[in-house]
Amino acid sequence: MNRPGLLDCMKTVIARDIRIALRRRADVMTSLIFFVIVVSLFPLGIGADPVLLRTLGPGVVWVAALLACMLALGRLFANDHADGTLEQLILSPQPLSLLVLAKTIAHWLTTGLPLVVIAPLLGLQFNLDADALLVLIASLLLGTPTLSLIGAIGAALTLGLRGGGALLALLILPLYIPVLIFGAGAVEATAAALGATAHLSILGALLLCTLVFAPWATALALKIATE
Amino acid sequence: MRGERSLFKGLCFAMRPGTLLAVRGVNGSGKTSLLRMMCGLLTPAAGTLKWNDTEIGEAGEEFRAQLIYLGHLNGLKDELNATENLRLSLRVAGIAVNDAEAVAALEWSGLRERRHQPCGTLSQGQRRRVALARLQLSQARPLWILDEPFTALDVASVERTRDLIVNHLAAGGMVALTTHQEVPITAPITATVELGV
Repeated sequence: MNRPGLLDCMKTVIARDIRIALRRRADVMTSLIFFVIVVSLFPLGIGADPVLLRTLGPGVVWVAALLACMLALGRLFANDHADGTLEQLILSPQPLSLLVLAKTIAHWLTTGLPLVVIAPLLGLQFNLDADALLVLIASLLLGTPTLSLIGAIGAALTLGLRGGGALLALLILPLYIPVLIFGAGAVEATAAALGATAHLSILGALLLCTLVFAPWATALALKIATE
Repeated sequence: MRGERSLFKGLCFAMRPGTLLAVRGVNGSGKTSLLRMMCGLLTPAAGTLKWNDTEIGEAGEEFRAQLIYLGHLNGLKDELNATENLRLSLRVAGIAVNDAEAVAALEWSGLRERRHQPCGTLSQGQRRRVALARLQLSQARPLWILDEPFTALDVASVERTRDLIVNHLAAGGMVALTTHQEVPITAPITATVELGV
């Protein structure tokens, strides 16, 4: 029997988590519908002032995306912890940080990516023009993976704690602030015809930094949580 | 190998090929903790555990590639069926199995007919049997660490599992296990660790 390599192992973890998410569609839909509803509440509450909506739009979409991402974090490791698959993951002969990265990728594909896909539709409610919508997609595409990666650290740290959900929010939301500032900033800059390259570059840099450090920190936290 | 903790101290034991290590003790005496330490899931407060003269923390991936651990929890996903669970969990453990091998192992467990059923719908004993089918496919791994492998099993499954363990030991494997059931296992070398005395 030949031993599966690291990439095989990561692919297995991604495929497994996506398969589970597809069989538990209610979980995936919850955060997506939450996102849609929260974003839609604002035009209803503020009224149909096109200028005001255009000003608020990017910020509202981004804040809602942030909260929707956080809503889904609780189950990133909780189920695996409860049924023992997390122990098996830690005992895998592959480096845990890379398996954690695989889990985070699967989590983003099932929670972050749907948000990115539906965001332009929601942006229309805020009277955003085509350019701004494109930048909104780009900024979410660069920003939401960062949210998943940072969130994974929080999910691992609060694993097995009672009332972990509220603690998770307190722990993670402050860390989301840079992503929020540059994500919403990118769209606002485009709407003001200033160009979003700088903002998007910073989002890219944040993503690369978290890509390197977050899985490693998450793996450490998970080992502590299972002790 | 040595392990020390407030639960137990002054513990010293070694396992060679063919060793059956039976960990005994009342509830709460630290049997599970000891097994988890042997896997590297828990760090002992003092003392060291070594694999081929290297501390298991340092041996890391190399050590984990020699090991199969079956804990209290079965490590099965409720949403996946038995074949998927078996194949995916073994792949994560670094063992490649094809569908035919997985089905054969489930046949060994007597779950062939139920292999397409999500594990969430199986009974406690059946789920344990799916988890034990992993052993059937990991006979190349020298070290088996089994925490209460016989819980929830029916008589025939206990026998089957015992035979598997006996064969593994006879082939030069090592098994560390805890159990409250009196299951006689013949091994080339038998060592007992009595905790909480």
